[in-house]
Amino acid sequence: MDESIISFSNVSKRFGTVTAVNQASFDIYRGEFFSLLGPSGCGKTTLLRIVAGFETPTEGEILIDGQPMSTTPPNRRPVNMVFQNYAIFPHLDVRRNIAFGMRKSGLSKTDLNKRIDEVLELIKLPGYGSRGSEELSGGQRQRVALARALIKQPKVLLLDEPLGALDKKLREQMQIELRQLQQQLGITFLFVTHDQEEALTLSDRIAVMSEGEVMEIASPAELYESPSSRFVADFIGNMNFFEGQVVDSEAGNTTVTSKLLGTVTASQAEHKFSNGAAVWIAIRPEKLVPLFENPVNVAGYIEGRMGPSAYLGDRSHFYVHVDHRDDPVLVALQNLDRSLDGLSRPNQPVWLTWSPDALVVLPRN
Amino acid sequence: MSDQRPWWRPDGFLLYAIIYLTFIYLPVLFLPLFSFNSSKYIAFPLKGFTLKWYHQMVNSPSMLEALLNSIKVGLIVAIVSTILGLLAAKALTRYRLPGRGPVISFIMIPLVIPEIILAISLLILISQVDIPLSLWTVGFSHLLLCIPFAMLVLISRMEGFDNSLEEAALDLGENGWMTFWRVTFPIVLPGIVASLLLTFTISFDEFVLAFFLSSTDATLPIYIWSSLRFPTKIPAVLALGASIFVISFFVVSFAEWLRRRGVKLESTSGI
Repeated sequence: MDESIISFSNVSKRFGTVTAVNQASFDIYRGEFFSLLGPSGCGKTTLLRIVAGFETPTEGEILIDGQPMSTTPPNRRPVNMVFQNYAIFPHLDVRRNIAFGMRKSGLSKTDLNKRIDEVLELIKLPGYGSRGSEELSGGQRQRVALARALIKQPKVLLLDEPLGALDKKLREQMQIELRQLQQQLGITFLFVTHDQEEALTLSDRIAVMSEGEVMEIASPAELYESPSSRFVADFIGNMNFFEGQVVDSEAGNTTVTSKLLGTVTASQAEHKFSNGAAVWIAIRPEKLVPLFENPVNVAGYIEGRMGPSAYLGDRSHFYVHVDHRDDPVLVALQNLDRSLDGLSRPNQPVWLTWSPDALVVLPRN
Repeated sequence: MSDQRPWWRPDGFLLYAIIYLTFIYLPVLFLPLFSFNSSKYIAFPLKGFTLKWYHQMVNSPSMLEALLNSIKVGLIVAIVSTILGLLAAKALTRYRLPGRGPVISFIMIPLVIPEIILAISLLILISQVDIPLSLWTVGFSHLLLCIPFAMLVLISRMEGFDNSLEEAALDLGENGWMTFWRVTFPIVLPGIVASLLLTFTISFDEFVLAFFLSSTDATLPIYIWSSLRFPTKIPAVLALGASIFVISFFVVSFAEWLRRRGVKLESTSGI
């Protein structure tokens, strides 16, 4: 699993004075589903296009399966791409679209037709070979784009926001199918998306990017549960941040004082902090437990008043006003039954508590 | 509303459309009308039906030679200007070209220079370097005139289609040349046909440049112009005009059919 299939070493790309990618150095492993996640303009698509060969890095080198790619044109690279708008050739039918890249495959006509039928089966469009591109729905076009790339048996399949144009239901269905396809074929997928939920659902590992920098590379659970920076913590999901200062830091436990939280101990601490360091204490909204009477024998809590709420179907968001703090604290509760209906009485006093492993301590500067 | 109106009381827009079409086509329809008239004077009333002018047309070697000259020049000009226009359009729409704007306006200038000015300056240039006047010099001047038109048609066609189609072809293992043949060319084809027709037509009926820059080999417009001095020749010219009109009708219908096909392709190439 940990064998590198794509290796970026110090890859930078500048367009004039704009730095699209800055000093990216990391590896993508054989057989994994790897996502580049970030807001638009963060350089994720540029990085993907560098792998495909459509952009040349200003500095640095990428290796695909150990081979340096700096002088290899896109048509000689062992990777294939699914484009954001699918780029289905409008003058060719589905079968000819899929066969497009097989001209030099050396397969006989019957073998090629058999391969195409297999691929059509794989993408669940058997019998669609003679359809014109204008007869396909968005989801079907996406599948054809996928088939056209997969029939080439690339070492890495590049996907540039392929689900962005689909509606929500279809997108979720395609996510599952993509994941299954990837596991079934064992091909490395390099997936670009700005949708964090999509990245969390699909990926083995995610690289979070911002303004050309790779901020963190980790598994979805690690990114969500113990992000290494405020940017990542904020970008993935919702997060409440509190200012604090480190009082004591030892292996596995960091004790922090905070004006609002009092002195609290976080049981997970990726970072090693020196005493007195300025930090953020971060808590996910679903890890805050609201109590409606003053708790006793609890190490830390936040006192506040209920503010507005938002009903989201599977869960509800409650905003809790806390004195000496501008932003309300966000609390998310699962709507397991209808017991939350009466919770949103405004100005009702509320005490928020948490378990020690819910706290994440992040450097602040 | 208009469908409740009785047919004998057409509404204003319909009337306008009828007048409009009459204005455009009535003069042209005189051509076939008089070409079948047995009198050699182009005047009403018509005398009788005849095909003799068509017979005379087919048996006039100088007229057929002029026609052939115009077709030869037109074909070469159409092909060369379309190829040059295609290359320029590809460069201007596909690459980040420094000075793209000025380059385009510079190439478009022949569109707005009065032809007679262009003709005189070319005549001066050509006589300076001692190139004998011939159909080649006519063709060269027509090329100058036609390239901007070819470029206009092809740039709009090239801008209409998605860059990622070409990238997809590269990605699927084709080099630049094969990408052009397998993707760009078939998609741009309606534009290419439009450009060929347009440039051929421009060259075919161009008079001023041909008048200045040809020697003894006349093109058709020059032949027609010189025929006007001989009233006996005019009916045959009308017959030729009518024939060209009919042929043009079919060619333009074909081109329009092709263009619609192209529009259909284009509308489905997006998401």
